[in-house]
Amino acid sequence: MIRALGRRALSLLLALIAASVVIFVMLQAVPGDPAAFMLGMNASEDAVAALRAELGLEGPLVVRYLAWISGMLGGDFGTSYTYRVPVAELVSERIVVSAPLAVMALVLSTVIAIPVGLIAAARRGGVADWGIMGGTQLGIAVPNFWFAMILVLVFAVKLRWVSAGGFPGWDAGLWPGVRALLLPAIALALPQASILARVLRSALLDTLDQDYIRTARAKGLSRRATVVRHALRNAMIPVLTILGLQFSFLLAGAIIIENVFFLPGLGRLIFQGITQRDLIVVQSVTMLLVFAVILVTFLVDLAYTFADPRLRRR
Amino acid sequence: MSALAPCPSLLAIDGLSVAIQGTDLLREVSFDIAPGEVMGLVGESGSGKSLTALAIMGLLPDSSDMRGAVRLEGADLTVLPERALCEMRGRDIGMIFQEPMTALNPVHTIGAQVAETVRLHRRASRAEARAIARDRLDRVGLSHIGLDRYPHELSGGQRQRVCIALAIALRPKLLIADEPTTALDVTTQTQILDLLRDLVRDEGMALLLITHDLGVVAGMADRVAVMKSGQIVESDTTEALFRTMRHPYTRALLAASRPAARVAPSTVGAPVLEAHDVARHYGATRAVDGVSFTLHAGESLGLVGESGCGKSTLTRVLLGLEPADAGRVSLLGTPVGPEMPTAARAAQQVVFQDPYGSFNPRWRVADLVAEPFHLTGRPADAEAKVIAALEAVGLAAGDARKYPHAFSGGQRQRIAIARALITRPKVLILDEAVSALDVRVRAQVLDVLSDLQKRLGLSYVFISHDLSVVRAITDRVMVMQSGRIVEEGVTNEVFFNPQAAYTAALINAAPVIPEAWLDGHVGWSWA
Repeated sequence: MIRALGRRALSLLLALIAASVVIFVMLQAVPGDPAAFMLGMNASEDAVAALRAELGLEGPLVVRYLAWISGMLGGDFGTSYTYRVPVAELVSERIVVSAPLAVMALVLSTVIAIPVGLIAAARRGGVADWGIMGGTQLGIAVPNFWFAMILVLVFAVKLRWVSAGGFPGWDAGLWPGVRALLLPAIALALPQASILARVLRSALLDTLDQDYIRTARAKGLSRRATVVRHALRNAMIPVLTILGLQFSFLLAGAIIIENVFFLPGLGRLIFQGITQRDLIVVQSVTMLLVFAVILVTFLVDLAYTFADPRLRRR
Repeated sequence: MSALAPCPSLLAIDGLSVAIQGTDLLREVSFDIAPGEVMGLVGESGSGKSLTALAIMGLLPDSSDMRGAVRLEGADLTVLPERALCEMRGRDIGMIFQEPMTALNPVHTIGAQVAETVRLHRRASRAEARAIARDRLDRVGLSHIGLDRYPHELSGGQRQRVCIALAIALRPKLLIADEPTTALDVTTQTQILDLLRDLVRDEGMALLLITHDLGVVAGMADRVAVMKSGQIVESDTTEALFRTMRHPYTRALLAASRPAARVAPSTVGAPVLEAHDVARHYGATRAVDGVSFTLHAGESLGLVGESGCGKSTLTRVLLGLEPADAGRVSLLGTPVGPEMPTAARAAQQVVFQDPYGSFNPRWRVADLVAEPFHLTGRPADAEAKVIAALEAVGLAAGDARKYPHAFSGGQRQRIAIARALITRPKVLILDEAVSALDVRVRAQVLDVLSDLQKRLGLSYVFISHDLSVVRAITDRVMVMQSGRIVEEGVTNEVFFNPQAAYTAALINAAPVIPEAWLDGHVGWSWA
């Protein structure tokens, strides 16, 4: 099992290297010169060339790539062209918004999906099942930014329970911070919860047809106890896969949602970086997100071996 | 073995009828089981045996409509609320099922699964429940197996013992065993049946033994009920039932379960499939270890042995799906191996135990049967050939347009044989090809195989754990143990006078009906 995990870690490392090359090369190909953009329309060619040299945009591709990678390994993500501060500093300011948002959304989607999936599977073919299948279909179909705007209209504009956007900062206290993230987290979580609930339902239905469920019932377990004690853990194995895959969608979704709610998170940072040709910010933050996704994939693999003892031997 | 005594019955089933979605599946089933008695319930699949067991447990599907009464010590279970039924299940009635490989939850340890029965019904601490689980696992002969082992780490026989341990954890008054040994090897079957017999004797438990195997009930049951199409057609004490055999269905079951031995070895031709000192290793495991044999044209060669003996590995090597690590296999003079030309493969085809698993459900029978043409190229008269193959196995030309789900298990096995015949092979490898079939269907498929062999001059390698079938269809037999052939010879001679101790053990392990009970009923007998 240790060897298998070692192999897995190695393949993820290779994926990380491949991703870094792709990100680097693609951003070289993006039109628009950051130096020209920063100096404005009237800048002289000499000034632009000087700035390019200062920003480290000159020199062979390979050298610049290696400089970027070795810098990142040492915690140096480069310096933002527009803000003129280290990217690491920008990231650390923003991550305190984005990370709690992602975790809240992930927890919310799981907390919603598990009971919903359980009820749908237990009431297979019944009214509740039909309702849940219809509702989750809607949840998947509706884009989350549109749903976010509806949430703002209802809870911020009409009911005035929360503010429509912005983030007070954690200095203002835990509750104001959580309250500001609540609507965005719900907007992010709902489509994910819909997918997760449907996957859980079908995994549970497959599991409930298994022979060991009949054994459990013959022991004297009630229908409900059978589902919770014997079916759920077996059904969690496919659900874990989806949960891992969803994490990357959550990060991508956050870019849009953070803009809808004016949250100073990593998503907005990337968005601003793109519009201002602050390529080093885009490059480093994207790499960071890739790293996060790969790390989550690895954790999901670890979780498999805990969920399914049959995988531990290999 | 007191029977028929009008002692107060433990379980009384009275006029039990079950219909699911308007189809009557059980009709007026009635029988009693006395405390400590072993009741055998015999019949083919679909006769309603398992449904009767589920009805007793109150575990019928929601859509079913049940009438009649199921009384346990006088109390009618059919009127009990679900909560009371949950308390009854596992405490008063335990149940084990046919498929030990899937009957246990793969993500829980065996100790936890046995202890769960205890903790469900009794106020017991975790440690107490584990102690009881340990005791019960010891009782079923698993004292060397730790509580923290997972089901996938155990063999089929060991898993069935775990299932028994969790069913008897609370010493129920009645144990229902639904085909408990059907999925097991003959020697493992004997051990499990011995265990059940001991439990009945030592714990004073009654046993409802559901099986299709008349030999099993003959050795186990005090009384037997024979079921057909949801009705009990005959019921008596075991010996009386076998001696009289009043109902024609019972006699038909018996006849089909004892296929006549092959009369005389058919004339054999030139060698078609040869193996010379074949070996296949997986790491340090010698799965196949120095196997040699020659199969001649028109000959049937049996291969018997228990699971894990190397039969399946040898089959894959013979088919050229895996390379031999040593030795060689040749088919009509062509070396067999993974790299052999596809056209050469057409001379040898295989039929497996479960044809349904190897049929694409969205293909019509015509396409399924024509599939092996990819080895030879599709001939212009493919359709006519498909129809000829279907008719050769006793199906109709019109069946070509249907989908596999429209057929019964026996018909599907005929389709699989038709598919194997389509390339006009010389050799058919039949890997447990009739093991999943009911005795009467099995007899029909065996007839089809004999007939095809006579007409087409086919050679068969017949791999099976079922000795009566091997005896009925093969000229020569090889007995395999731990990768080696321990005995080989003319089938009748091997069966009458086994030389290897292992062969004798296999033959003795097969459950039989005492000959004295059958005087005048049947022509063929073991001794």
